[in-house]
Amino acid sequence: MTVADKALANPVDIAYLITGILFILGLRFLSSPKTARLGNRISAVGMLIAVAATLTQGIVNWIVVGAALLVGAVVGIVSAQRVKMTAMPQMVAIFNGAGGGAAALVAAGELLKYVNSGTPITYDVSFTSVLSAVIGALSFAGSIIAFLKLQEVMTGRPITYPAQQVVNALILLVIVVSWGLVVAGYHPVLQWFWIALGASLILGVLFVLPIGGADMPVVISLLNSFTGLAAASTGFVLGNNVLIISGALVGASGTLLTVLMGKAMNRSITNVLFGAFGAVKPSAAGAGAKGGQNVRSVSADDVAAMLAYANEVIVVPGYGMAVAQAQHSIRELADQLEKKGVEVKYAIHPVAGRMPGHMNVLLAEANVPYTSLYDMDDINPEFERADVALVVGANDVTNPAAREDKNSPIYGMPILNVDKAANVVVLKRSMASGFAGIENPLYDDPKTVMLFGDAKKSIDGVVAGVKAL
Amino acid sequence: MTAHLLTELTIFILAVFVGFEVISKVPTMLHTPLMSATNAIHGIVLVGAILIAGTADAPLGVIVGFILVLLASLNVFGGYTVTERMLEMFRPKTQAPKPPADGAQ
Repeated sequence: MTVADKALANPVDIAYLITGILFILGLRFLSSPKTARLGNRISAVGMLIAVAATLTQGIVNWIVVGAALLVGAVVGIVSAQRVKMTAMPQMVAIFNGAGGGAAALVAAGELLKYVNSGTPITYDVSFTSVLSAVIGALSFAGSIIAFLKLQEVMTGRPITYPAQQVVNALILLVIVVSWGLVVAGYHPVLQWFWIALGASLILGVLFVLPIGGADMPVVISLLNSFTGLAAASTGFVLGNNVLIISGALVGASGTLLTVLMGKAMNRSITNVLFGAFGAVKPSAAGAGAKGGQNVRSVSADDVAAMLAYANEVIVVPGYGMAVAQAQHSIRELADQLEKKGVEVKYAIHPVAGRMPGHMNVLLAEANVPYTSLYDMDDINPEFERADVALVVGANDVTNPAAREDKNSPIYGMPILNVDKAANVVVLKRSMASGFAGIENPLYDDPKTVMLFGDAKKSIDGVVAGVKAL
Repeated sequence: MTAHLLTELTIFILAVFVGFEVISKVPTMLHTPLMSATNAIHGIVLVGAILIAGTADAPLGVIVGFILVLLASLNVFGGYTVTERMLEMFRPKTQAPKPPADGAQ
C-alpha cells in the first residue's frame, strides 16, 4: 500500500460524492409529477455543495470568478423567468450551448496551464482534453443553430447543398488528424488543439443546418447528451469524479430520450440526423397541389355547436397551439364544455411540438390537470368512442397515411388515430403542409371539417359560440 | 492508459448504467422538465470552470476563465430556474378553479 492510499479522504472529494448522490436522487424523484419539484431542488442543493466545495480550492482570481458567476447567474435567472413557456425549447437550447461551450473551454484552459508551466502533457490528458473540446464545441455550435431555427430567425426547413456529407467527412478528418497531432505532442500543440476546436464548431453548424424544424426535439436531446459527455470528459481531464458522474448521467439521459423519440417517429436516428427530412422535393410539392379538393371549411359557431352537444371530446394539440399560444383559450373552452357535461381529454403524441413532452408543459401552464392528459397508447382506443376530435395545430402526428399509405415518407410512424372519431375538427392556419411537407388525407375525409385561422383566435371564437348556446 | 484513468472510466460506465436505470422510470409527461433538469446538471462543468479560472495566471487564461465561468454559471442558474418554472405548473385535478356543483358527468 502506498502512502496516498492510507491518507484521509479530501473533504472536497466527499462533498463531490454527496453531490453525485443528490443528482441521482434528484433524477429519481422526477419519476412522478408529485415529487418532481422536490427532485429539482435536491439536485440544485447538490450543485450548491459542489460549487461551494470548489471555491475552497486555492482560488486566487476571486474577482474574475465572482464577477463571471454573478453575471451568469443574473442573466440566467432573469431570462429563465421572463421567457414564455412557448419559447422553452429555444431557452433549453441556449443553456445547453452555454454548457457545451464551457466544457470546451475548460479543456482549453487546462491544456493552456500545462503548456504555460512547461509540465509535460500525459497522453490521458491530451486525449481527453481534445475529446472535451470537440464534443463541447459541437454541442455549442449545434445548439446555437437549433436556437436560431426554433426562434425562427432562420428557416426551419432543412438547408441542404451538394456534397454535404463529403464536406462533413472532410471536416471530421481535420478534427481527427489535429487530435492525433495533439496526442502525439506535435509542436505547437496548442495550435493543433485550436484547429480541432474550430473545426468542431464548423461541424456543429453544418450538422444541424440540414435538420428540419420538426426534428429539433431529437436534435436538442442529442446535443444535451453531447454536453453531458463533454462535461464527463472534462472530468477525465481534471481527474474530477463529480464531473464524470454528472456527465455520465446526462449523457445516458439524452441518449435514452433521443432513442425514444426516434422510436416514436419510427425513424432511425441516422435518418433524422442525415436524412434532411422535409426538404422540399418537386414531387412532394406536386402532390400537395392536387390535395384539398374535398375540404369543408366551417365557422367557429358551427364548431361550437358540434362540441357543446358532444359527450366526449378529445383535444389533439400540436406545434400550432404553441405558436398561437392557444393553450389558455383551450383550457377555457374545456371549462365551458365541462359545464355543459362534455368530457374533455387531451391526446399527447410523443413528438408533438418541438421538445419531448412540450405539449404537457404548455397545457400545464394553462392549468390543465395532468390527469386529463393521455399518452398515445392510452388514448388511441378511445377515439372510437369520441364524438369529436379537435385537432389544434397538429398535422403529421394525425396523418392516417402513416398507417395506410406504404409510399408515404412517414409510413410506419405511430400516429394518433384521430380519423376513428365520429367527427374531426381541424384548426389550421392554411392548407399548407406540415413540417414534414406531406399531404394529409385526413383533411379530405368526409367527416372532417376545417376551421382556418390563428388557433388562439379560432378557439376564442368557439368559446364565445359555446357560451352563447 | 494509466490505472487512474481506468478507475475513472469504471466510475463513468457505472454512472451511465445508473443514468439509464433512473431515467427510464420518468414518464413521457415529464420529459421536457427531465431534459431541462439534466441540462441544469451538466452545468456541473462550473466546478471545472472555477478551478481553471480561479488559478489561471496568464492573461489569455484569465480571459478564457472569465468566459467559461460565465457560460457555466448561465447554464446552472438558468437551467434550474427554467426547470423549477416548468415543474410548478404540473398540478393534479383537485385544484381546478371551478364551481363544484356543475354536474359534469
